[in-house]
Amino acid sequence: MADDVAATLENVSVAYGTQWALSEVSTEFPTGAVGLLGPNGAGKSTMLKALLGLVKPSGGTMHVLGLDVASAALKIRERIGYMPENDAQIPGMTAVSFVAYCGELSGLPAADAMQRAHEVLYYVGLGEARYRTVETYSTGMKQRIKLAQAIVHDPDLLLLDEPTNGMDPKGREEMLALVRDLAHNKNISLILSSHMMPDVESVCASVVVMNRGHVVMRGPIATLKGPAGRMFEVRIKGNQSAFVEELRSRSFDCRETDSDLLRVLLPAETDAHELFASAAAVGAQVRHLKPSLPTLEDVFARAVRESEEQG
Amino acid sequence: MPIHRERYRRREDGLDVRGRAWVVIALQGLRALTRKRAFLYLMLVAWIPCVIRGVQIYVVANFPQASFLAVTGRTFRDFLDQQELFVFFITVYAGSGLIADDIRANALQLYLSRPITRTQYVAGKLATLMAALAFVTWVPATLLLILEPLFAGNSTFIRHNLYLIPAVAIFSLVEVAVGAFTMLALSSLSKSRWFVAVMYAGFAFFTQAIFGATRVATQSTAFSWIAAFSNLAQVGDVIFRLPPRYETPPIVSAMFLVALVVVSAAVLNRRIRAIEVVT
Repeated sequence: MADDVAATLENVSVAYGTQWALSEVSTEFPTGAVGLLGPNGAGKSTMLKALLGLVKPSGGTMHVLGLDVASAALKIRERIGYMPENDAQIPGMTAVSFVAYCGELSGLPAADAMQRAHEVLYYVGLGEARYRTVETYSTGMKQRIKLAQAIVHDPDLLLLDEPTNGMDPKGREEMLALVRDLAHNKNISLILSSHMMPDVESVCASVVVMNRGHVVMRGPIATLKGPAGRMFEVRIKGNQSAFVEELRSRSFDCRETDSDLLRVLLPAETDAHELFASAAAVGAQVRHLKPSLPTLEDVFARAVRESEEQG
Repeated sequence: MPIHRERYRRREDGLDVRGRAWVVIALQGLRALTRKRAFLYLMLVAWIPCVIRGVQIYVVANFPQASFLAVTGRTFRDFLDQQELFVFFITVYAGSGLIADDIRANALQLYLSRPITRTQYVAGKLATLMAALAFVTWVPATLLLILEPLFAGNSTFIRHNLYLIPAVAIFSLVEVAVGAFTMLALSSLSKSRWFVAVMYAGFAFFTQAIFGATRVATQSTAFSWIAAFSNLAQVGDVIFRLPPRYETPPIVSAMFLVALVVVSAAVLNRRIRAIEVVT
């Protein structure tokens, strides 16, 4: 495995009972910060757990940091930090004892673990609250301490499962700043699993997009958002569903947003007049037309829709 | 809150937890227990019989008039019999939450995402409970064995009863191992330590009640194998070279205890997972 690859999966399948969480997944996570995007139930958390060796795949092979997950799971876990999605703590412990204990469990000598615990708790912004029991922490603080326990032993690779879940905007921005700092200034590779595209976009250079247990797209974000066409924001007066159908029948990529705004990607060779023609064809009027830039959300929506159309 | 970037530094030393993870878990478990006042009081009370036995040994050694209190092999067997009550309470108090609390707090994934095997995790939890139980069984009984020659000023008793040294150790090991395995298995089945405590007490008393009922109905103790604690008593008698108190063959009692440990280990193997799959 090349030095610039943090993890690879080859034809990996994982089933929970009769439900396939991962189906013949083959992909590669380069070193640096990589986003793992997908809707709920896409298989993101399962993939992280499989990479940790916590879930045994029914088929396929995985390598993390150049080591085979099937034969060297413990060796891999020495070099990985894992931040689980849901609340996880060891009951009855103060934050500093909890993080130090996690450090010891990862192989740090006791004195070193305690020193590192103080350091990482300051680093994640919990220095003043480090002698409080973890159960008394707010949701945002619990997210921070999960990050602290994941980095206490200074891992080479961090697996972060929805690290900003339940955080307020300020806390979320601070968490993302920490993750960015770890990836860009501390040279720790990380896989950031999230269904929040702005989070991934603000931290990661590349992304793996999953849907229903399959990898539907992967690559550098800049390339995926690349110049495949021109993006427009469109609002119409008239039957919006018919307009959307009309656009799709003309092979235009179209996504409805939460408001009544549509985001339409026109192929490079196509003129914006096509939008007016489409509206006229269904008896609608274009009331708003504004050029835009493709976002990761557009890329994600397109990838998921294409995979659903194929599947 | 400010982000103190300068606080995080990369480490250069290697990590190595392999082989000692269970010790880390056990020591943490014991630290957590000894921080609880109720546990310390329980321990204190559990040592009262040892103090009384110590006084008995001193009186017998120094006052010939007290020869009716003479120390024999049975004294040690009786002492460990008395400690069973404390073993029960400490098992319930210290053991019920050992795994249940971790399941409730989603801590299993924190343990198992580190270089720790499931066996090491269970070994650490077992060691916590077994150490606590050994402190009210093997430790005081061994201390009494040491005190006897010290108070008597000679080693005659020990020389004539050398079997007591392994007997105390083996019976204590059997007692704490059976209790610890059973409790941990039950603890892995629930998120509530209270429910686990009730299950353990129910298991102990219910099996004892059934044995009691069969004893009354049949006028025989041949069904003592039904009750876990009766099996322990039966095996204990054999270990201490005393006539078995029940009609059940000791080998049957021993097999019951082994089966209890095997079933408990199987339950632990099935329940200790980093993820809970509901199908």
